[in-house]
Amino acid sequence: MNNNIKTNTGPAKRPSPPDIFLEKVSFTYPGEEIFRSLNFTVKGGQWTCLIGPSGCGKSTLLRLISGTLREDLSGEIRFSDDNVNNRLIAWMAQKDLLLPWLTVLDNVCLGARLRGEISAEKRQRAISLLEDAGLGAYVSSLPSELSGGMRQRVALLRTLMEGRPVILMDEPFSALDALTRLKLQDLASGMVKGATVLMVTHDPLEALRLGHRIYVMTGRPAQLGSVLIPPGLPPRKPGDPAIVSLQAELIDRLSRTSHEEFGIEGGGKT
Amino acid sequence: MNLVRLISISVGLVLIWQAIVLLTGVPPYILPGPLSVAEAALTHSGSLFDHAITTLFEIIAGLLLGTLLGASSALSMIASLSLKRWLLPVLVISQAIPVFALAPLLVLWLGYGIGSKIAMAVLIIFFPVTAAFYDGLRSTEPEWLELAQVMNAKPLAVIRHIRMPAALPAFASGLRVATAVAPIGAIVGEWVGSSKGLGFYMLHANARMQIDIMFAALAVLAIVALTLYFLMDRAMIKIVYWQKDNGLATKAQRHEGEK
Repeated sequence: MNNNIKTNTGPAKRPSPPDIFLEKVSFTYPGEEIFRSLNFTVKGGQWTCLIGPSGCGKSTLLRLISGTLREDLSGEIRFSDDNVNNRLIAWMAQKDLLLPWLTVLDNVCLGARLRGEISAEKRQRAISLLEDAGLGAYVSSLPSELSGGMRQRVALLRTLMEGRPVILMDEPFSALDALTRLKLQDLASGMVKGATVLMVTHDPLEALRLGHRIYVMTGRPAQLGSVLIPPGLPPRKPGDPAIVSLQAELIDRLSRTSHEEFGIEGGGKT
Repeated sequence: MNLVRLISISVGLVLIWQAIVLLTGVPPYILPGPLSVAEAALTHSGSLFDHAITTLFEIIAGLLLGTLLGASSALSMIASLSLKRWLLPVLVISQAIPVFALAPLLVLWLGYGIGSKIAMAVLIIFFPVTAAFYDGLRSTEPEWLELAQVMNAKPLAVIRHIRMPAALPAFASGLRVATAVAPIGAIVGEWVGSSKGLGFYMLHANARMQIDIMFAALAVLAIVALTLYFLMDRAMIKIVYWQKDNGLATKAQRHEGEK
């Protein structure tokens, strides 16, 4: 609504986005080998999409990178600017994970609060982020008063508030209805510009709209296919003819490499 | 609405009581009618009030202390794994000994005054409060904790800002149970040995065959306990303000579109 606020928000404070290197990463759940000597590079400053059937290990890969899953990991995961993966990463999940007892504003500021870094300046920044995302009227509402799409928008802002150069997303839009999903994809695409984003999804259209680079993950132990780089810059229009034809190819790749159990979700969408 | 229902239930019970007295013709020293009990309550209102105040004080002090103890032991069990390993068996053992069996000992150690009664109430509510709060603290949504970990949260901040508020609904139900059972502790303590309180007054009246006074004391005790419970219930609803009607109904009702 007011244009003058937009100046101090956006991805301004974020440090330069690093590449993520996975070298010879092996990981085993009891009785199941998820990754065997996997090599994978996520390019800095770009939006990379990992697409694959449910249960193929996509989310496990994100957890390994985020450091929430460490046991039984062999191989190396590192970032190009040589920092350990401390304080580099922000996380966005399929569930909004909003704390129901905190207001929308406090939820957006959660990270700062948990680190004991909360300040009036941070709150102000969060308020302008909320205003930019059209949630200015809900600053002091509780999450229970919001619709699913609005809640996920708050979760997106909470992720951006961290100001971190790497953003890991685990099917962040998959619980939303189609129209809300498209809107939120556009918003996210605009707001995370410049960060290294790795997003896991099982929706080919979503990957094609948002990804600079797309990888298909299949098999057990999981393998990554060759990179697919759609033409043009994200967010691409869902009706874009290039997208539509690539969608067919992507679905083809998915079904060629995967087991029978995999039904292609969203396959008929155009 | 709740109050209306409560009043109609009470009136109904009194009517049934009166009907039993009229129909069976029991002598008043076995079961006095509501009217004679009301009369006894009026003539002895002064001493009833005095004794009620003592009992009320014991209950409230027991509740406060027991809650404090229970909450802090639950918190320390969550904060430290080794503390938990030692405290949990102690808790279970403490629960294996019937609290009633301890009452004479408590009176022996802490005397006839209110100390032993407060201790009884504390003992009786300690376990439900600790167990409920600890369970709540333990069953935090794991994805919240994961998010906090990626955010590089301080461990104490996680307990304070995520685990504790998330455990409040469980804590609240523990407190409700505690409020319901705390009067038992106080009364049993008074029965075993005391010179004041509603429990003492009941024994005293019973020994003198003043059954109507005994019933009056019982009624006052019921009113005290109910009032406490309702106040606690109200307070708990305020404390878990984000949970409307147990939080289940509202989620389904929420279908308004985007702004």
